[in-house]
Amino acid sequence: MIKTIALPLPLPRKFRPGRIVGWALLIFTTVIALFPMYWLFTNALTPITSTPPLTPVLIPAFSLDNFTRLVTNNKYYINWMINSLVVATAVTVWHVFFDTLSGYAFAKRNFPLKNVFFWMILSTLMIPPQVTLIPVYLITRQLDILDSLLALIMPGTAAAFGIFLMRQFIQTLPRELEEAARMDGCSEFGVFWRIVLPLCKPAIAALAIFTFVRYWNDFLWPVVALSKPQNYTLTVGIANMQGEFMTDWGIIFSGAALSALPMIIFFLLFQRYFLEGVRMGAVKG
Amino acid sequence: MRKFITKHGWSYLFILPSMLTFTVFTLIPVLWSFVISFQRYSLARGGQWANPFYANYVTAFTQTQGVFVRAISNTLVYSICTVIVNVTLGLILASLIQPLSHKLRTFFRAAYYLPAVSSALLIGMTWAYIYNGSWGFANYLLRLVGLAPVRWLSDPDIAMWSIIVSTLLTVPATAVVLFSAAMGSIPSDYYEAAELDGAGPIRKWWSITVPLIKSTTLYLAVIYTIASFEVFDKIYVMVPSGVANSTQTIVTQIYNSAFKDFDMGVASAQALVLFLLIATVAVFQFRIFRTDVEY
Repeated sequence: MIKTIALPLPLPRKFRPGRIVGWALLIFTTVIALFPMYWLFTNALTPITSTPPLTPVLIPAFSLDNFTRLVTNNKYYINWMINSLVVATAVTVWHVFFDTLSGYAFAKRNFPLKNVFFWMILSTLMIPPQVTLIPVYLITRQLDILDSLLALIMPGTAAAFGIFLMRQFIQTLPRELEEAARMDGCSEFGVFWRIVLPLCKPAIAALAIFTFVRYWNDFLWPVVALSKPQNYTLTVGIANMQGEFMTDWGIIFSGAALSALPMIIFFLLFQRYFLEGVRMGAVKG
Repeated sequence: MRKFITKHGWSYLFILPSMLTFTVFTLIPVLWSFVISFQRYSLARGGQWANPFYANYVTAFTQTQGVFVRAISNTLVYSICTVIVNVTLGLILASLIQPLSHKLRTFFRAAYYLPAVSSALLIGMTWAYIYNGSWGFANYLLRLVGLAPVRWLSDPDIAMWSIIVSTLLTVPATAVVLFSAAMGSIPSDYYEAAELDGAGPIRKWWSITVPLIKSTTLYLAVIYTIASFEVFDKIYVMVPSGVANSTQTIVTQIYNSAFKDFDMGVASAQALVLFLLIATVAVFQFRIFRTDVEY
């Protein structure tokens, strides 16, 4: 039996300088980790209409002035948020369904050329997205979908990592359930829909979170593909805000802070699944 | 034929949608990228073979006084600093939270992970505010202790280091979570045996914990290397126009070649150089860290 072990600093009765240094490091790194976000939100919640004050504000004023000016002066901000939501949701739904479906085929079914297909997928996993950036630009340009949300969604559906993840997970599932369902006259798709898919919930949660966060935060491809302000996603929008509202920092701060808020709430709600996803190798950070 | 379809039809149908988008938006682009890197490519006329065939690679390295070489060295420095610090700091922090109660462990993991759910772009923006020359928090701290302000992001000798420091100060949340999970799965008899032999906490950590989590160390080294080689978002937003080429990285170069100069051939050549560098470093890391430990 494997027990979880508590190490390497056991609870001592006598004074240990090591423990104090350890705690100091933990607290210091926690402050460092959270400070940039804290400062951003503090500034966003403090009424600032021009240059921020020289003595930094460290206690938020809890005023929503900046946010009101943000939505009134920046008529596209809501569009950006909706666009990000549409892209991330569409890509996530695709991956949850089709990666599980093909992951199931690769894990449990036998068919000619299966290994060839799977190796093709595996071999592209290590290739950096910058390598495909230019051809994908040329292809979407050819398809005449550049500068639209489709230009982000369609290439997004091609990510192969999820197929690999789902195949690894489905391989660990017992075969008996599927066979029993077939005996009972379940169709091949029925076996997938009623038996396999429900068993995949933990892996699907990890994959869904990974995909959603990744496409919500994506920047390089969106900044290349989008050019009209109403088509921007949040990342592209806030990156361009700096030039546009150069004199009103309150708007810039609140725009940036508001763009982070959905992911932070999402994380606080589904923390357990996030950290589970990191462990499955799905979520980066 | 009919037998083949009834036997395998479902399987092919199941993988069809995935394979279709994979082919159009990954497989063809990878191969095409290789082809374009040997072509003079213009958006209006398409591609023609370059003469000599490796011309784009020569141009990539020689154009504008070899800025690409500078970009590669900047990327390497950035990568070495971030990979070493991230893996080491992740290991130390995971070791420190391991003996704590379940509640505290969850708290620290969540606190470290919280900033990581934001985009690299937003983190970069926030750091650009901290580094702002007049009202930034970094110069405020310097003023407090009576030092002269620093032009963090506009001095070409300092800008790249400011960016590196901002990454080093972003706690490596993935490393903490993965190390923590790996440590939790080490069987406790190992430590009990070591205790019988009179090993202290540091000794146990160094001789049992560290060797047994080697495969996690390797995995993290590889993913942090890949991520650091691909750094772009935060540089784009921290130094939008670049500081006299001192903050160029491989990906900012690819971006500039492709979408400012519209030279797709040179940009593809640079992208393949990036791929070769990543592949080389990854193979090298696998050799160093190769492990046969089973427990």
